[in-house]
Amino acid sequence: MKSLDTYVALNRFGLGPRIGDDAEVGDDPRGWVLAQIRRERILPPQMQRFRTSDSILKDIHIARRTDSKALQKETRAGYRKEFGQGILARAHVAIASEAPFHERMVNFWSNHFTVSNSKRIIGPAIPAYEREAIRPHVFGSFPAMLRAVIRHPVMLAYLDNVVSIGENSRAGQRRMKRTGAKKTLNENLGREILELHTLGVLGGYDQNDVMELARAISGWSISGVGPDRGTDGIHGGFQFRPIFHEPGPKTVLGKTYREDGQNQGLDILDDLALHPSTARFLATKLARHFVADDPPDAVVSKLADVYLDSGGDLGEVSKALVMLDAAWANPGGKVRSHYDFIIAVNRAVGNTKANRQAIVLPLQELGQMPFTAPSPAGWGDMALDWVAPEAIMRRIEWTRRFAATQSLGMSPDQMVDALIGPVASDATRIWANRAPSADSALALILTSPEFQRR
Amino acid sequence: MDRRGFITSASAGLLTSLVSARVSFASVPTDNRLVFILLRGGLDGLHALPPHADPDYHALRPRLGFGAMNSDLSATDLDGYFGLHPALAPLLPLYRDKDLAFLPAATTSYRARSHFDGQNMLESGSNRPFGSDDGWLNRAIALLNAGDRRMGLALGPAVPLILQGDARIQTWADTRLPEVDEDFLMRVSMVYQSDRLFAEALHEATGVLRPDVDKSMMQDVPAAERDFLVSTEAAGELLGSNTGPRIAVIEMQGWDTHFDQERRLNNLLGSLAKGVLNLRDKLRADWDRTAIVVVSEFGRTVAENSSRGTDHGTGGLAILAGGAINGGRVAGDWPGLKPGQLFEDRDLRALNSYESLFKTLLIEHLGLDGGQVEDHVFPGSRNLTPMGGVLLS
Repeated sequence: MKSLDTYVALNRFGLGPRIGDDAEVGDDPRGWVLAQIRRERILPPQMQRFRTSDSILKDIHIARRTDSKALQKETRAGYRKEFGQGILARAHVAIASEAPFHERMVNFWSNHFTVSNSKRIIGPAIPAYEREAIRPHVFGSFPAMLRAVIRHPVMLAYLDNVVSIGENSRAGQRRMKRTGAKKTLNENLGREILELHTLGVLGGYDQNDVMELARAISGWSISGVGPDRGTDGIHGGFQFRPIFHEPGPKTVLGKTYREDGQNQGLDILDDLALHPSTARFLATKLARHFVADDPPDAVVSKLADVYLDSGGDLGEVSKALVMLDAAWANPGGKVRSHYDFIIAVNRAVGNTKANRQAIVLPLQELGQMPFTAPSPAGWGDMALDWVAPEAIMRRIEWTRRFAATQSLGMSPDQMVDALIGPVASDATRIWANRAPSADSALALILTSPEFQRR
Repeated sequence: MDRRGFITSASAGLLTSLVSARVSFASVPTDNRLVFILLRGGLDGLHALPPHADPDYHALRPRLGFGAMNSDLSATDLDGYFGLHPALAPLLPLYRDKDLAFLPAATTSYRARSHFDGQNMLESGSNRPFGSDDGWLNRAIALLNAGDRRMGLALGPAVPLILQGDARIQTWADTRLPEVDEDFLMRVSMVYQSDRLFAEALHEATGVLRPDVDKSMMQDVPAAERDFLVSTEAAGELLGSNTGPRIAVIEMQGWDTHFDQERRLNNLLGSLAKGVLNLRDKLRADWDRTAIVVVSEFGRTVAENSSRGTDHGTGGLAILAGGAINGGRVAGDWPGLKPGQLFEDRDLRALNSYESLFKTLLIEHLGLDGGQVEDHVFPGSRNLTPMGGVLLS
């Protein structure tokens, strides 16, 4: 590996080096990263065979209306074909990608807008959700991503908005009269939009804002719910249900939005997206993810400024991040997540057709299967989230077994140079050379702190 | 579960895990069996087969030597000069039945003492490291049966270089996931010392793991030995079938004994002996047609080092077992251990050639044509003629 900047380009901004990536990066590591900041319109080839969430959810809704056996069959098939295969395809894209910075951003924003398969029924459509609502926007507009995410049936189901009914809506009034229920509104999505997606928990909102936002997005729902029993007209997409929607103006963060059906919620989302607290919150998360567990304030401020000045243009923000000298300092200062580590190992050995043993098995052992985060807050982003005794042992065990199935045909010094290069410690180089076999040397390099860091 | 129970339960359902073994050959090139055991790390031949009657040996190995004044261990005498390491004593009946032979002071034409280059040459059959990207045994198989993939069998998680190449071969691996071996963990702990975050996590996970070997960690059979023993059972069973493979390759890790050699080789040699006996037990009647050859990339220094171990050397040991072997003897030429007789003043001189041994096995045991062996399997080895007296004629 040529230089420290090459290492940073490949690891801090990338997904880890493939053999030969050193030459790919060339003499302008910063330029190599910047060139990847493009709005992607086309799905990678590995992903083109999958169904849309609309198609997947339509079949699930229909099955649900049919009987429980049909539902079970449909979800099972969906998990096998769309969820499991979707996860593998996603890994294949990452392993083979020549634009790993883009893939890092997909992971980042997908984690920011976490959906997990804790609600089994939407599980099969989650990879599709990521392809549809996240992927196209990572170097595009954050307001557009926010709208796409919050309106997406998968997110609406995950955070319980599909049956969130305004108390004063027609459906709300009916239900309260019939069942004596006092509350029909579900605040879950409204809260998480403010706490996790936009302003952040210290962003200056209160419980009233949560309630008002929840009311504004009541009626944002899907097909296949509600009193209808038939399967005609069922689809898998977003459906605004006026009879669920709480009528009247809503006031969020001191601004009043007139009643305007689903546009009311959209207007609030647009304003939230460009709120200064949101800028700061997103900038902090980006800086933490790419630069340091304790992000330097200069980096956060710069990114927040660019975010606001550009109207939430993530391409501009990403460019600003790459152009900051501070972002290139302290190589190896971050630790790879389990997912990133497994991808990095597979990239290192060029395992572009990685099978379940190489992807799913270690992710299950390490407890970071995609789309299974324990809470809407998603996976953590600090060293201590990943470097725990049991986790480190499992990384070592899996890597040692995996390395036994690979051979790079390179000497230990060549492997050290190609995979960790300028950050290699003397100890790693010495012990790699002392290894009693080639795969033992490879395993040692891959489990070294230098390779687990980025 | 005790060790024995673990091993026998591993062999349940072996044949079903190798589906193609059930299909019979159109025509069988040979009924003879060849088992190749690759010891990775550099086996210390002088410890496995100590020249215990030689005073130079004792002078070079005051603490590691067998029959030395302060040593509890003694070797079984074989021929008045060489002894046999006590952990290999279970193989003495084979020696007496003339089914076991030793070839000391042997190695490939490689002389530079790097594991990677040495193993590469041992497996590629080239006359220089990385001289070819396929293995000599694969080339031999291609000549033997023109691509029928039932001939060759690799046991373990990966196909070793010696069996890589154009000829397709079968594989078998224990599907249970083994733990990582202590030797590897020790090396990792050395590498982690300079990174506090990782060092602390590892320390907590493994309890105490010091580089100067914490013996309390080594209670169970190390993973490398367990894997090896499971592979020998599988190989024996699969080769013992009429319709199964004829050539198997098994690897065993852990032989790079720079320190604590006495204890480590005691365990490793014990497992090696057990593995050979596993093979014999499973091969049954086919044992008479079997040749097992155990090799390593190089031998080790004649003198012991300061850590009760030895360092990389040259002349090593080949062990031959099986009914087809002309056994009950120590074969080849012996250079001696006097100062002037050593290689570069430190190693046992290699007078016997692995390539010569391998050629004999290919020609006399597997029936390959000598010319083809010269041209395709070991190109560039014309000066190394096949070794005589290895096999029963």
